[in-house]
Amino acid sequence: MDEEKTAKPSAEVQETSRLKSGSNLERLLKEGKFVVTAELGPPRGAARETVERKANILRGYADAFNITDCQTSVVRMSSIASGVILLEMGLEPVIQMTCRDRNRIGLQSDLLGAAALGMKNLLCLTGDHPKFGDHPGAKPVFDLDSIQLLSVVKAMRDEKRLQSGTKIEVEPRFFLGAAENPFADPFAFRARRLAKKIEAGAEFIQTQIVYNVERFAQWMTAVRAMGLHKKAFILAGVTPLKSLGMARYMKNNVPGLEVPDEIIARMEKKKSKTEGIDICLEIIEKLRKIEGVAGIHIMAVEWEEVVPQLVERASLLPRPTPSISAVPTC
Amino acid sequence: MIVARPKSFEDIKRYVGNRKKVAIVGCGGCVTVRPVGGQKQVQELAALLRLWAKKEALTRGSQPLTIEEETILRQCEPEFINSLEGRFKDCEAIISLACGVGVQCLADKFPELEVFPGVDAVFMGATIEPGLYWERCVGCGNCIIGETGGLCPVSRCAKSLLNGPCGGSLGGHCEVSPETPCVWQLIYERMEQRGNLGALDRIMPIKDWSVRPGRLVLEHLRVEKKES
Ligand code: SF4
Repeated sequence: MDEEKTAKPSAEVQETSRLKSGSNLERLLKEGKFVVTAELGPPRGAARETVERKANILRGYADAFNITDCQTSVVRMSSIASGVILLEMGLEPVIQMTCRDRNRIGLQSDLLGAAALGMKNLLCLTGDHPKFGDHPGAKPVFDLDSIQLLSVVKAMRDEKRLQSGTKIEVEPRFFLGAAENPFADPFAFRARRLAKKIEAGAEFIQTQIVYNVERFAQWMTAVRAMGLHKKAFILAGVTPLKSLGMARYMKNNVPGLEVPDEIIARMEKKKSKTEGIDICLEIIEKLRKIEGVAGIHIMAVEWEEVVPQLVERASLLPRPTPSISAVPTC
Repeated sequence: MIVARPKSFEDIKRYVGNRKKVAIVGCGGCVTVRPVGGQKQVQELAALLRLWAKKEALTRGSQPLTIEEETILRQCEPEFINSLEGRFKDCEAIISLACGVGVQCLADKFPELEVFPGVDAVFMGATIEPGLYWERCVGCGNCIIGETGGLCPVSRCAKSLLNGPCGGSLGGHCEVSPETPCVWQLIYERMEQRGNLGALDRIMPIKDWSVRPGRLVLEHLRVEKKES
C-alpha cells in the first residue's frame, strides 16, 4: 500500500474519480452530492413483510439503506438476505458485515455471495461483543478486526485474490465503508484510527450518532488536518430522540455515545417527540456546515416513520439521481 | 501461572454420587499458589464431603464414603504422576484439583477410573495484588506484544483487536465491563510515553490462529537426547 502511494502521486484524485462498484451511493458521493442514508433494522423473525414495510416508509427519502448485521449482537434476519428483499423492491442496500460471527472463511464466502446477488455497498465492522446481545454465551469469533476485513475485501476486489492468496476469476465489486466513533477514547487516536481504516480500503465512513456537535467538529478538525476528508466520504450519524427516557438511556447505557446535558434538559422540559425531531434537525443543520461532511446517516432505530419528515424538514428533498453512468471503471 | 477457581460443591456432590470410595488429588503447582487445589484444599474438600455423606446417608442408600487424599508436586509432570503407580486400587473415581492439564495426565495414568475436574481453570494470569489475578496471555502461539508496548491485546481486549481500540473504549475502561481497563488505552499511553505513537499507525497483519492443537518440542533437548 505504501509503495502504491509513493509511486502514484495523483492516486488520490484517481481514487475518487474511478467507480469501484457503480452503486447509487458511490456515484452521488463522487458527484459531490450531499447524501442521505437511512438505517433499516431487520426483524427478529422471518417476516419478509417487516422489511418491505420499513423499506416502503423509507423509499424516496434516502439514497441507500443500511441493513444492520445483528446489531448489538441480537439475532435478526441477515443483512444480506434483507438486502435481497430491498433490491427486489428497487432500493439500494448497504449491507453490513461484522467480524463477530464469522471467521475469514465465512466472511469471504458470504461476501462473494452478496456480490453475486447484486449488493454493491458494504460496511465493514468489527461488531459488538456478544455479551450485549440475546445470546451472551456465544463464542465471539473476531478472527479479523474491521481494518483487516477492509484490507481483505479490498484485495478481493482490486487484486482478485482471497486472503489466502488464491486467485479468483470474478471479483466482488463493493464500495467499501467503515464506521468510526469520534467520541470514544483515546480521543487523540480516533482520527489516526480512521486513517488506518482508509488506508485499509474504506471509501466512506459512517460515524457514531452525533449529539455533541462541538466534539464532533473537533474530531473533524483533526480529520481535515490529516487530509482524510479528501480520501473518504464522511457521513455523520444522527438519531432523533423519541423521548426523555431514550435520551437518558443513550447517555448512560450505550458505550461510546455522548449526549450533552443541554439536550437532556431540553427533552426534560418538553418531554415530546417533536422536541427530539427539532433537536435532530438542528444537529443536521450544523453538521452540513462542517467542512468535510459528505452526508448524513439517519439511524432511526425502530422509528422509521420519522425519517420522511426529518429529511423533508431538513430540505434534503428530492433525493437526486446520479448523472454518471453506473458502470464501474476500475 | 494458571489461575483456577473451585467448582461448586453441587458439582462435586454430583461427581461423588453414591460411590463408596473416591480419591481427591491436589497439585503443588499453580493451583497451590492461587490456593484452590493444594494439599490444604484437598483436606478441606474431603472433610466437607465426609460431613455431607454422613448427613445424606439415607439418600445415598446408606453408603459410607471413604476418601483417599493425595497431593503431588505437579500433576502435569509424568515423574510425579508416575509416583502414584499402584494407588487408588479400590477407588471408583478421582477428583483432581489441578488445572485441566493435570486432570488429563491423571486420567491418562488411570484410564479405568473416572476422573473429574474439581476446579475450573480460567486463565493464564499474573498476581496483581494478593487475591487479585488478571489474565495476561492466551498462549496464542504467535506473540505480538513486541509491537504493542509489551501489553497483550489478544488476551486483554474483549475482541482481541489488533489495530487499536473499538468504539466502546471510554475513560480508560472496556465497554464489556467497566472494571476492566481498556488495554488499547494502556498501549496508547505507553507508546505515547515512549514517544512512539507512530508505531500504532501501522496496520497489524492478519494473525495466524492455526496453533491448535499446539505442541512444542524443545529442539535443544531433542538434540541432547539423540546424542546421549
Ligand atoms: S500475543 Fe498475547 S496471547 Fe499471544 S502469546 Fe503473546 S501474550 Fe500470549
